[in-house]
Amino acid sequence: MSTIAIPALPAGRTLTLGIRRIGYEVKAYFRQGDAVFFGFLFPIVMLTIFSVAFSEGDFGTTADGTVVTAADYYLPAMLAAGVLLSGLQNMALDIAAEKGDGTLKRLAGSPLPVISYFIGKIGQVLVSGVVQAALLLTLAALAFRVELPSDPDRWATFAWVFLLGIATSAILGIGLSSIPRSAKSANAVIIPIVLVLQFISGVYLQFSALPEWLQNVASVFPLKWMAQGMRAAFLPEEYRMLEAGEVWNLGGVAIALIVWLVVGLVLARVTFRWIRKDG
Amino acid sequence: MTTTDDLAVSVRGLRKQYGEFTAVDGVDFEIARGETFALLGPNGAGKSTTIEILEGYRDRSGGEVRVLGVDPQRGNLAWKARLGIVLQDSGESGNVTVREQLTHFAAFYPNPRPIDELIAAVGLEAKAGTLIRKLSGGQRRRVDVALGMVGRPELLFLDEPTTGFDPQARRQFWEVIRGLKSEGTSILLTTHYLDEAAQLSDRVGIIAGGRLVDIGTVDEVGGADARVPVVRWREHGVAREQRTTEPARLVAELSARLGEPEGLEVIRPSLEDIYLRLIGAQDAAPSEEKELTA
Ligand SMILES: Nc1ncnc2c1ncn2[C@@H]1O[C@H](COP(=O)(O)OP(=O)(O)OP(=O)(O)O)[C@@H](O)[C@H]1O
Ligand SMILES: [Mg+2]
Repeated sequence: MSTIAIPALPAGRTLTLGIRRIGYEVKAYFRQGDAVFFGFLFPIVMLTIFSVAFSEGDFGTTADGTVVTAADYYLPAMLAAGVLLSGLQNMALDIAAEKGDGTLKRLAGSPLPVISYFIGKIGQVLVSGVVQAALLLTLAALAFRVELPSDPDRWATFAWVFLLGIATSAILGIGLSSIPRSAKSANAVIIPIVLVLQFISGVYLQFSALPEWLQNVASVFPLKWMAQGMRAAFLPEEYRMLEAGEVWNLGGVAIALIVWLVVGLVLARVTFRWIRKDG
Repeated sequence: MTTTDDLAVSVRGLRKQYGEFTAVDGVDFEIARGETFALLGPNGAGKSTTIEILEGYRDRSGGEVRVLGVDPQRGNLAWKARLGIVLQDSGESGNVTVREQLTHFAAFYPNPRPIDELIAAVGLEAKAGTLIRKLSGGQRRRVDVALGMVGRPELLFLDEPTTGFDPQARRQFWEVIRGLKSEGTSILLTTHYLDEAAQLSDRVGIIAGGRLVDIGTVDEVGGADARVPVVRWREHGVAREQRTTEPARLVAELSARLGEPEGLEVIRPSLEDIYLRLIGAQDAAPSEEKELTA
């Protein structure tokens, strides 16, 4: 008797609002200075530093006599790092900050579906990730004379590793955003995780040169697989001899990333709240 | 459960504990459709706690609550689309302009208000293209108010909406609220400006220490006794005052006796005077609560 008919909201609004959120998020993202530097420009700066600092270093020569330069070697690593930073770090810090400053509280009181909010965030990560990758590739090709692959298969490998990697990173970022108790502690919690992962996953240090136990530890986490997938796309075919089992193991890359994607979805589903009630 | 249809809000025996501390302790009130109700009380009285329970932000520890016929702990998106919320404090990073923000939020609602009309209503025409983070405190607050109204809510929650408003902006805000009232919007308001409450609300509830001290229309709250006018004058250089229900007769007497009395005033207690008396009485009477925590 006491039920009151509430007019239904139009169907399909979750998606249309999600798309609107993407535009809104992208605009706001590029207007904030500091995040743009840390998440967005960091891999580009690092590629420049490594390419210049190790320009005399020995990164090997292929059988046909092509010398692999520092820029050649670090491009796939920085692409992988960019995916992790644009996805996981940016997402986790951004959501933690929005929890702290009341953005999420305001959204929680509005009829915006949670899924639309996530579509907006993931879309923003995708847009900034694509721009970042394009800048990295352009910089590598023009400034450091990296010869980009001509084989479409390699670009296809790059495309799916990039997309799957960024989706996994973004979703994990949503899951991790609930760990810090406050926006202030978010930096202290998230940045070390991301930094350690980069060191043990073959981004800054050559993966095959790490002790085997450390390689095994790194293999549990997704960044190692993203870096491996990127190497498969950009390094000369012979360099697979340096990988575990002397194969690129793209099947392993796909499985590891999909498993982490599912873990991230569960984590996000279980831990995400617009606000801490009574907090 | 037959009358929930005519009520925007009904609250019965509402309690809220934060750990051992009881912030709201058995509050009852109702807000009819189209009514403006003001919740008044000192800092820490439990106003924001009550309002945020009604908005669905906090879970209550006890009591019955219905907001537009729905238990706020179970409110869905369609329910939220019928509410407007202005929180006591909201400080976002604000990397979008006023117009972008309002346009964006408008899209969440089925029947939003036109953006230009909204910007004009809160007097931000000159700042429509400015990033929110570059606005002054009072200007940001006006954006909050505009966001609360953008979806043409059936029920609008305003938790100290005019904090930081200059006097002119406050008057302009009152006009906006009167406009909403005439459209039939139900409003729950908290404020520390008693003149604002007197101007806007049909009824007020006065809350202190988590309990409702009094509730009634602006003209009746505190009881008839509290409203007895006071006549003040000076006689032979001495200030005199007398409470009387017949001030005109007293003034006539004075004028017959003294001619034109020096410093003559007839004062009707304002809502603020009545409020202060009620709150003062509350402080003077030691409640069980106070004995417990002392
Ligand atoms: N999240 C919380 N955890 C613990 N105690 C809280 C919490 N929120 C509020 N309180 C306490 O509950 C009481 C009521 O707080 P509330 O914010 O409802 O007051 P208020 O009437 O809105 O005051 P003001 O006029 O200052 O806004 C206060 O004593 C406050 O310290
Ligand atoms: Mg308050």
